[in-house]
Amino acid sequence: MRWYGRCARRVEGLENIALQALSGLASASSLFLVASGLTVIFGVSRIVNFAHGSFYMLGAYIAWSLVTRLPRGDFGFWGGVLAAVLIVGLLGAAVEVLLLRRIYRAPELFQLLATFGVVLVVQDATLALWGAQDLLGPRAPGLRGSVEILGLRFPRYELFLIAVGPVVLGLLLLLFHRTRWGTLVRAATLDRDMVGALGVNQRWLFTSIFFLGSLLAGLGGALQLPRESVNLHMDLSIITEAFVVVVVGGLGSLAGAALAALLIGELHAFGILIFPKITLVLVFLVMAVVLVIRPYGLLGRRPAGLIAPGPAEPVIRPAPLALRRLGLAALGLAVILPPFAGDYALSVLTEMAIMVLFAASLHLIMGPGGMASFGHAAYFGLGAYGAALAVKWLALPMLPALALAPFAAGLAGLVFGAFCVRLSGVYAAMLTLAFAQIAWSAAFQWVEVTGGDNGILGVWPDAWAAPKLAYYYLTLALCLGGTLFLRRVIHAPFGYALRAQRDSPLRAEAIGIDSFVVRFAAFALAAAMAGIAGGLFAFAKGSVFPTFLGISRSVDALLMVLLGGVQTLAGPIVGALAFTGLHEQLVRLTDYWRLGLGLIILALVLFFPQGLAGAARARWEARHGDA
Amino acid sequence: MLAVEGLAAQYGRAQILEGVTLGVEEGEVVVLLGRNGAGKSTTMKAIMGLVRPSAGRVRFRGQEIAGREPFEIARLGLGYVPEDRRIFGELTVLENLEVGRRPAPPGMTPWTPERLFALFPSLAEMRRRPGARMSGGEQQMLTIARTLMGNPRMILLDEPSEGLAPVVVERMAETIGALKREGLSILLSEQNLHFAGVVADRATIIEKGRIRWSGTMPALRAAPEVREQYLSV
Amino acid sequence: MATLEVAGLAKSFGGVAAVRGVSFAVGPGELLALIGPNGAGKSTCFNMLNGQLRPDAGTVRLHGRDITGLAPRRIWRLGVGRTFQITATFGSMTVRENVQMALLSHGRRLGGLWRPVAGQEAGTAEALLARLGMAEQAGRPCGILAYGDLKRVELAIALANAPALLLMDEPTAGMAPGERTALMALVAGIARERGIAVLFTEHDMDVVFGHADRVLVLDRGALLAEGAPEAVRADPRVRAVYLGSGATQGGH
Ligand SMILES: Nc1ncnc2c1ncn2[C@@H]1O[C@H](COP(=O)(O)OP(=O)(O)OP(=O)(O)O)[C@@H](O)[C@H]1O
Ligand SMILES: Nc1ncnc2c1ncn2[C@@H]1O[C@H](COP(=O)(O)OP(=O)(O)OP(=O)(O)O)[C@@H](O)[C@H]1O
Ligand SMILES: [Mg+2]
Ligand SMILES: [Mg+2]
Repeated sequence: MRWYGRCARRVEGLENIALQALSGLASASSLFLVASGLTVIFGVSRIVNFAHGSFYMLGAYIAWSLVTRLPRGDFGFWGGVLAAVLIVGLLGAAVEVLLLRRIYRAPELFQLLATFGVVLVVQDATLALWGAQDLLGPRAPGLRGSVEILGLRFPRYELFLIAVGPVVLGLLLLLFHRTRWGTLVRAATLDRDMVGALGVNQRWLFTSIFFLGSLLAGLGGALQLPRESVNLHMDLSIITEAFVVVVVGGLGSLAGAALAALLIGELHAFGILIFPKITLVLVFLVMAVVLVIRPYGLLGRRPAGLIAPGPAEPVIRPAPLALRRLGLAALGLAVILPPFAGDYALSVLTEMAIMVLFAASLHLIMGPGGMASFGHAAYFGLGAYGAALAVKWLALPMLPALALAPFAAGLAGLVFGAFCVRLSGVYAAMLTLAFAQIAWSAAFQWVEVTGGDNGILGVWPDAWAAPKLAYYYLTLALCLGGTLFLRRVIHAPFGYALRAQRDSPLRAEAIGIDSFVVRFAAFALAAAMAGIAGGLFAFAKGSVFPTFLGISRSVDALLMVLLGGVQTLAGPIVGALAFTGLHEQLVRLTDYWRLGLGLIILALVLFFPQGLAGAARARWEARHGDA
Repeated sequence: MLAVEGLAAQYGRAQILEGVTLGVEEGEVVVLLGRNGAGKSTTMKAIMGLVRPSAGRVRFRGQEIAGREPFEIARLGLGYVPEDRRIFGELTVLENLEVGRRPAPPGMTPWTPERLFALFPSLAEMRRRPGARMSGGEQQMLTIARTLMGNPRMILLDEPSEGLAPVVVERMAETIGALKREGLSILLSEQNLHFAGVVADRATIIEKGRIRWSGTMPALRAAPEVREQYLSV
Repeated sequence: MATLEVAGLAKSFGGVAAVRGVSFAVGPGELLALIGPNGAGKSTCFNMLNGQLRPDAGTVRLHGRDITGLAPRRIWRLGVGRTFQITATFGSMTVRENVQMALLSHGRRLGGLWRPVAGQEAGTAEALLARLGMAEQAGRPCGILAYGDLKRVELAIALANAPALLLMDEPTAGMAPGERTALMALVAGIARERGIAVLFTEHDMDVVFGHADRVLVLDRGALLAEGAPEAVRADPRVRAVYLGSGATQGGH
């Protein structure tokens, strides 16, 4: 709640609109601070930094602690804010030095996993240090009250915030385009090793970039103090929005980020007035529209090429005999043991089987396809809703309802995929997220059909599959079949064509491969497979909820694939088992499960930078040859 | 100037260099000859620290540099021109040069963009063009110019004549002569024997990661069997 | 009829006129060399011939059919193979698999979801590779090959299309001198045997004058000279802008 909102009682129409616009500008300014840091970090390091929102939150918390402890007055307030901002900058630099620096050479997007580990750790650390209750900061000395312009009263602090954005933008532009440091940073963005070979210590370059980026996030957070309460949800709410701003503006473009922040800020201010029904997705709708019209954002440019290619992806070979034996043994256990397991264990096993297929379907587009998806849960959820709606509205029995799941999800995959696969890299990933959010809000807000937040209950299996054990075997058969089919596809010409367009779009096109068609078909196939997983999940739980399509489930899928290793076929399987098992156990054991999970993720990232299965393969190759 | 002894390197488990020994004296031009895949580029990368040597010693101007970071090695005055050019595609010609700039050691006339444009006139016409929009040969010139901006005492040139028009190769040969007269030492890898013959003082032949022959250029000219065996000429 | 006919081809990038009004033709089994200084517009010409770039003006005809502005994949389907100056191969696949992909694409069998690639066209791919001296490398990933070997893989990929026209942008760059002429001799043999029209660029004059049937010289985007190798070599304008004295090229 904005403070002036509390004090302003009855405002006239015109004043209301002006104030609303002003508040939009102030939000835009704060959003720009955070987004500019994110875009700077991404532009240079190509790291999708989920932890950026955590630095924003820490900026606010640390500033609160300092400002409330230091003597009141100008020095206390501004000194506290400044110190908090510097501390956050240093924390960002420390994360780079201790964590990210060690994994720059890991496969693309792997660093995302590491930054997500940081998010989890910071969340619980913040909870432990500052507690769960919202904190209110003091107002800024010297900027209390409001000024009168043209007969309208404007809060001073909002005006101050509005001024901060453009000033920071100007300074950053100068820094990047007029200083040697800026030139070096831009060069390092394109080819790190070459910059090193020219005598530049590129490590410090990267550390300084993280310092700068985190500092901007911290500044954004600290300056919120007089405006909003400080709470534990600040990190995730700002990070999605900052990503949207960065992508809508065009990755790496500061001016673009400013423009997009303006757009999103005002959208928030007026969206509630104009489209109260769809406020939740307004932002994502705008992003989808922008990306469909301008695939590189408002001011982004198509990369000019000549970005140093990373090391080539490894060759995919048929699994060695030992691995096949191991797989068979695991399968044997999965078939033989469950009759002796209890209900809880059975439901965990069922969930694991489902997650294996879910992760494997994401892996098809992420690994061989080379397209990241931040919204894969959409297809999982649509499969689940497809099946549940068939039961509820068509009164279908379980099997026909289940058969509908891949079609519902696959259809969505065809429609969304047609737009997503035209884009590349993070743009494509963010567009998948946008579509997932749109699907989620449909499930959430179209109450008449979906039951909204209450979900759809009573989606139970038919009598023959009602016992947990029977349902487990059904799930195992379908998920295993689906996963093996995906494996087969990867070894078949279609899977090769998919990898071909990832490895070299130029060469693929030159030998007659239509990259768009191949990516599109793979996207739809992956969606359909996720749909099967979702349908099975619906019957396993007996109900469906909007969270099935939520961001956090999409993130789970990403984590599973990355944890296991994108570059191996066994990766998603191992990752899904490890992640589901860990998550399940930690939640049972401790309230601080985020901390535990985060630390485990960080440890895995540091010690197995190719994912679990990737590390196992590296070991195997080191011992048995086959380079 | 540079003394390499028993240098070994591998990619993963594939042993690429198995004990390379060679030396370059002050002001000398040495050419590293060999078929493709012989290990010329890997030798240069290992000297430069871009590939971590698994064994052996590299001494540059009296200091042991094996295992050091590339940027430290570059700061000691060793420049590197990679075979694949590695121009910063989104930076302009002038900005590419700026990235390479380092202060000159005392007593050396520092390279400036203007001096380099005199050496490579076609670059002067495209100062503000992004690197990605240059032809292959133009990029080759830019990458050499960029390394010279670091005012190195010695440079490693990986196949500089590759992909250049014959007139430009001739100019390149003159350039190398001029650099040599300025006192720069050069280790160059080549497949073009004619070019090597014009610019180099000594040759070292590498094959399957080992040095097979070393000697002066006249000695190589007088040894057709060596050329036939290792260079398939 | 000529395999490839090009008329009045032109392209500029922003203010830079890279190619201005180039016309020529190549017949079956003929090796035509396109040479010229760096930045003359050779690669740009190639990119317009195989559809990578859309020309600003001019036409490209293959067997008399207008193919100007078609997408590269369509042009491949019409029987054009090409190699790139900066090699482009599939780094996560072995040499053999790279060639298999081209063969499968040629046979329109890339949609398969079930039969593994490993058992399809492997023999044909090996035979092609053996012919290019790459038999030993067939099982290595393309991502780690030396540059000269990648050039050979590119050639194998282009040949896998059973092309009527072969476009080769600096096919022997990065190879040892003896291997260069040997490879070009091989290409010339294959081209004559199968009636393939070949257009190539090279900066190695031994290769150009040793194997081309005809030579075109491009300078600043326009044709400077055209004719038999000896005539072009003797042309003083060509010597001035491109060949030089020959000191670094084995004394032409
Ligand atoms: N990243 C890599 N991983 C594995 N092997 C590699 C890698 N890079 C090069 N190699 C291999 O190392 C060997 C030597 O390569 P190098 O590039 O040093 O040869 P070169 O003599 O420079 O050849 P060229 O004249 O073609 O440039 C080759 O067999 C090559 O396949
Ligand atoms: N995308 C582009 N944008 C702007 N200019 C370009 C672009 N591509 C090429 N050029 C310019 O067009 C001209 C012709 O380039 P091209 O690559 O065709 O030369 P080339 O004859 O192949 O040279 P080389 O022998 O060095 O490979 C050059 O001056 C180059 O700088
Ligand atoms: Mg090399
Ligand atoms: Mg070219």
